[in-house]
Amino acid sequence: MTAPKLLLTTSPFLKHEDSTPFVMTRVILALLPVSLAAVYYFGMSALLVIVATVLGAMFTEYMTVLSGHARRNTLWDGSAALTGLLLALTLPPGIPLWMAFLGGVVSIAIGKLIFGGLGGNVFNPSLVGRAFLQAAFPVTLTTWASQSNLDDLLRMRGDHFSIPFMKSHFDGISSATPLSQMKFEGKIAQLSDLFMGNISGSLGETSALIILLGGVYLFYKKAANWRIPLAVFIGAYAFAGALHFANPEKFVAPMYHLFSGGLMLGAIFMATDPVTSPVTQRGCWIFGLGIGVLVIIIRTFGGLPEGVMYAILFMNALTPVINRYTHPRIYGEQKRKPVKEAKS
Amino acid sequence: MMWPFNLMGNTFRHGIHPHDFKELTRHIAIQRMPFPDRVVLPLSQHTGAPSVPVVKVGDKVFRGQMIARPGGFVSSALHASMTGTIVAMDLLPHPSGRLVESMVIERDPLSPQTLFREHATDWELLSPKDLLTMISNGGFVGLGGAAFPTHVKLSVPEGKKASFLIVNGVECEPYLTSDHRQMLESIDDIILGIRVTRKVLDVERIYIGIESNKEDAIELLAKNIPADLNCQVIPLKVKYPQGAEKMLTEAVLNKEIPSGKLPIDIEVIINNVGTVAGIGRMMITGQPLIERVVTVTGPGINRPANLLIPIGTPLNEVLDYCGGLKDTTRQILFGGPMMGAPQLQLDVPVMKGTSGILCLTEEDVFDREEYPCIRCLRCVDACPVSLNPSLLGALAIKRHYEEMLDYHILDCMECGSCSYVCPSNIPLVQRFRVAKGLNRERMAKKAAQTKSA
Repeated sequence: MTAPKLLLTTSPFLKHEDSTPFVMTRVILALLPVSLAAVYYFGMSALLVIVATVLGAMFTEYMTVLSGHARRNTLWDGSAALTGLLLALTLPPGIPLWMAFLGGVVSIAIGKLIFGGLGGNVFNPSLVGRAFLQAAFPVTLTTWASQSNLDDLLRMRGDHFSIPFMKSHFDGISSATPLSQMKFEGKIAQLSDLFMGNISGSLGETSALIILLGGVYLFYKKAANWRIPLAVFIGAYAFAGALHFANPEKFVAPMYHLFSGGLMLGAIFMATDPVTSPVTQRGCWIFGLGIGVLVIIIRTFGGLPEGVMYAILFMNALTPVINRYTHPRIYGEQKRKPVKEAKS
Repeated sequence: MMWPFNLMGNTFRHGIHPHDFKELTRHIAIQRMPFPDRVVLPLSQHTGAPSVPVVKVGDKVFRGQMIARPGGFVSSALHASMTGTIVAMDLLPHPSGRLVESMVIERDPLSPQTLFREHATDWELLSPKDLLTMISNGGFVGLGGAAFPTHVKLSVPEGKKASFLIVNGVECEPYLTSDHRQMLESIDDIILGIRVTRKVLDVERIYIGIESNKEDAIELLAKNIPADLNCQVIPLKVKYPQGAEKMLTEAVLNKEIPSGKLPIDIEVIINNVGTVAGIGRMMITGQPLIERVVTVTGPGINRPANLLIPIGTPLNEVLDYCGGLKDTTRQILFGGPMMGAPQLQLDVPVMKGTSGILCLTEEDVFDREEYPCIRCLRCVDACPVSLNPSLLGALAIKRHYEEMLDYHILDCMECGSCSYVCPSNIPLVQRFRVAKGLNRERMAKKAAQTKSA
């Protein structure tokens, strides 16, 4: 027998087939129906915004690769594209493309790269980009085009091709979202409309049904932790329910909160970002519940109609603390003591 | 304990579910492999001090004759696995990758290879102490892979008591079926071995833990165990690493072995089913540990089999007997794929602790490109001792080895579950081995310093 060429590596010699780029691709795949729905409701505008943010994100990632600071080529590991796509889905359809592009740049540069790239960031990068845009261009970010259907595919929902920084005012075709209607006009949308997406809002917050379907795929493939969105829903429902129970005149029914605004998208696709959510199952429950309660507090008592973004960012900041205090008891350890988070 | 209310079988917290690949050899009966022309017997095949030779080069030895005595309490005797002549005593390649002092026996071509002083033992007349001496003289070690001397395990320290005996028939490593086949084929030896062990330990209850992918073995044992034995077969959910002592204790008794302690500290003794069968066999024929059942399997071997192999048989003889390697074979392991040891040379011998020989091909060699940790919690969810591999991995990269002690790195059993699930291909358990080794070294140095000061 001739001696074969043997390879020396160490155990284990079996490996689960999932890889990080593969997980990212799965999330992008789960977001495809949501993106298609956005195109259906908002026409070419949706597509343009998505392309702009993804380009912004990937351009920034590519710049780091070119600069030689990246340890390997991170452009195609899917994480930059995913960040861009998620950012697009939180934006209003009429946003000028240069703003969308800038949002993508900020998401990656400030949200991810300055923390050391993938895995190092504390906050959800796409929400960092969105928070930046919200702070810099508040009017644009709260001007929502009304949705329509395929007949209007080619109609632009805003002044997409405006020149950067040259315009102080914004003229889009404005229409109120269900949440702002509720907050500022006291009008309440039909639950069925919310569920099917018959409402105005950002690209991705239209149809709760489609987002849920994408989520079910993710949970089935274990690309996201189902405990987090479930905890968000429970937290939001319980808190809104308690308020509604105490004063039904003043506070709307809890179901309404679950299906309106960005709660569905945020809970299923943003709060579940592994990098910025806790590493323990118990921690994930606390994390989700916290987001749910905070969303209702901001929506009900805050100055803004929507609070999902700040709720998630706030809980992102708490994640290291949650990790520290929720680590499961180590096998054979008799007394429980908190595990300290590493100094990094 | 949840059983029998839990129909799925008992289990432990966390763990992983790799495909078990046991279909390759599950239904193949154990075959005896012909004696090779020469066997290589390393003096270190077990945990503890090396054995000390009691014969010299040129001596004629008989199959089953002791050729090396234990080199201390935690050590093991060594026996000739075939009749022949000692032709060499030298540093020879060892499956650990090092050169180890070994004895080489050349087979006597005219010998019928009968057993040296074959006799049955009336074990019921012997005292527990005599039985223990017999087991010690038989050179028995744990056949599950760790090769810890059995007589040490069965010697209950002063002031401690053994109440529960768990016979380990879990065989949670994928691919391996040697324990499974023995449970099907040597049931009388196993029952006798349990009786002897019970007499040595004076335990109250006996459990046999078997994963439910070995349904036939569970049924057969449950049907055939005599009522007077006070022994219960516990079906366990299929999950890796259930065969580890800590996990098995949790699965069977719903008790935890305190960190840094041994099973005996909670009155538990765990013994591999193959070891128990070997002890039973010794009572019938007087045969010490000179051969063992090895699963030769994997996509890289032409004829997978469960073989009864004389200890010391060179690896290449075993591979030849199994039809040789396929051209695409790239890795040969001693043990299973999760904790097995890779082999680079084909002249290393099968040892007492070799439970399987696994041949993997190019297709099984997976991509090990490393991505950053995305803190997906899969490793935290997989770790059977509930460590935080993600955090420990980050510390290991920064070489903060001492800090890792605060996060219980010494509780890591190196089962590899974290590396198995990691989507970023981070070599977690590999780094933990390094960290544990360096920490042990440092602690030993410190202890030596305080002693001398």
